[in-house]
Amino acid sequence: MSGYLTGVLVVLAFNIIAAYAVYLPLAAGQLNLGIAGFMAIGAYAAAFLTNEYGWSMWAAIPLAAIAAGLVGLVIAIPVLRTHGIYLAMATFALGQVISAVFLNLEVVGGAAGYPVTDYAGPYAVFAAALGVVVLMVALAQTRFALYLTAVKSDPTVADLLGVSVRGMQLAAFALGAAVAGFGGAFYAHHYNFIEAQHFNVLLSVFTVLYVLFGGTQTVWGPLVGAAFFTLVPELLRASDQWRYALFAVFIIAFMAIRPQGLVTTALLRPFRRRTTPEASA
Amino acid sequence: MLLQQIINGLMLGAIYMLVAVAFTLAIGVLNFLNFSIPGLFMIGGMLSFGLMKMGWPWVFAFAGALFAAGVVSLLVERFSYRRMQGGDPEVPLVSSLGFLVLLENLMLIRYGSDMQSFPALMADMNLRIGGLVIGLAQLVSLVLSLLLVFWLSWYLSATNAGRRVRTVAESPETARLMGIDISRLVPQLFVASALLAALGGILFAVNYQQVSPFMGEGVGFKGVAAMIVGGMGSIWGAVLGGLLIGLAEVLSISFIGADVVNITVYGLLLLILIVRPQGLMGRPASREKL
Repeated sequence: MSGYLTGVLVVLAFNIIAAYAVYLPLAAGQLNLGIAGFMAIGAYAAAFLTNEYGWSMWAAIPLAAIAAGLVGLVIAIPVLRTHGIYLAMATFALGQVISAVFLNLEVVGGAAGYPVTDYAGPYAVFAAALGVVVLMVALAQTRFALYLTAVKSDPTVADLLGVSVRGMQLAAFALGAAVAGFGGAFYAHHYNFIEAQHFNVLLSVFTVLYVLFGGTQTVWGPLVGAAFFTLVPELLRASDQWRYALFAVFIIAFMAIRPQGLVTTALLRPFRRRTTPEASA
Repeated sequence: MLLQQIINGLMLGAIYMLVAVAFTLAIGVLNFLNFSIPGLFMIGGMLSFGLMKMGWPWVFAFAGALFAAGVVSLLVERFSYRRMQGGDPEVPLVSSLGFLVLLENLMLIRYGSDMQSFPALMADMNLRIGGLVIGLAQLVSLVLSLLLVFWLSWYLSATNAGRRVRTVAESPETARLMGIDISRLVPQLFVASALLAALGGILFAVNYQQVSPFMGEGVGFKGVAAMIVGGMGSIWGAVLGGLLIGLAEVLSISFIGADVVNITVYGLLLLILIVRPQGLMGRPASREKL
């Protein structure tokens, strides 16, 4: 693999992980605009453990993911009192506050950034992204995913049918935060340098863009969206400075024509139909 | 010193106020978090700069920039807002964000990504009263913003057109039954919101004498924060929120340090959202927004 291709694929892997971190709460109807903050928690926690305590990164990365998840859980309890656009704004503010806190934390380098000693190669990153995709697809087969859809579609009915709406929302939010932290921890160990400015609001917002572009109806949407957003600007590289402008025009046109996202349940139906007759036969 | 900082904070707050009012019009009436507003803000500043560089007098340059922002906003209405029915409620957010990326990159292609210095309109723009320094341009923009908001508030509460807008905000279905032509009203609102944002951008450029294709992002997000702190959909809330955010920003820069700005500004926002989600002056949300 050429260095360029590897570089692009690594970015793709990180974007996929981030996309699923956004997708999980979104599947329960919560728009998290602060996902970069949880990535920062994972990145800094893992880097701190390997740098200062000499932990192996294989122990530090999962622990950092759990830490991000726990922070997500603790924060979700007050934040999930808000709904809809208020929740989106609360998470937006949260992401800004978290990255600003790291910007001022001198123990991890503050504004100068934080070098990380341990290195995770590209294949480790690919494996991590693959792991996240497999986990999400597996999760989509369980009742948990069904509950999330129920909570998203109609919280009142879901509640009447005995689904713990609040529990599901907390779980989706915290799991999303843990996935973000997992991605952040790998990011820190792949690029060997993190700075708080990287985990900014645009990172959060663009990740949401991938997910909505791919579509939130199925578990494959975030994967397709992340792949599209990573690879197409690379292909448009020939037109150089116009590529982002063209890309933006494309987003606007696409959203006007197909507001439900690229991958929908209806789109996947032909693939299902092919398997059902065999199963019933 | 403290008084000087409070004055600086209020001046900055006036610009956040305009952006916050632009957001609050779109949210309060149309239920649409319009992410193209930071782009329209930038258009105001950048196009004024570009037209003045081409030798236009400043009056025409400003008018040209405002006009362009209005036209772009009509495009946003056509391609983002009108299509919002049917899909996920988050979709118009994505596509209006597409407009932000598009506008920024068009300006980037035309003028480059560097910070450009905006020409000073008057040679010495400062008033000195005692030990205080007050920028004339800043004073003008504070007064202008407040007048505009007063006028807008009067317009919405006292005129027939304003009553129509408030009916649509209350319930679009009822408004339609009452014979209000929503398809004409909505584009007008988009233009109004764009003009406020672009005017904010022009005032920002005149006050701080610098423009860049990305000048809208920071200010735009603080405008959103100001809108929420004050209460979504409330014009006076946006005024209060804008001034508060401006004050919080300037005071924390001068007394703690530039790096803590995001902690104080967005910490304030987060605190408000948890303690009083409807904002300082907003009514409790009776319906889901977004």
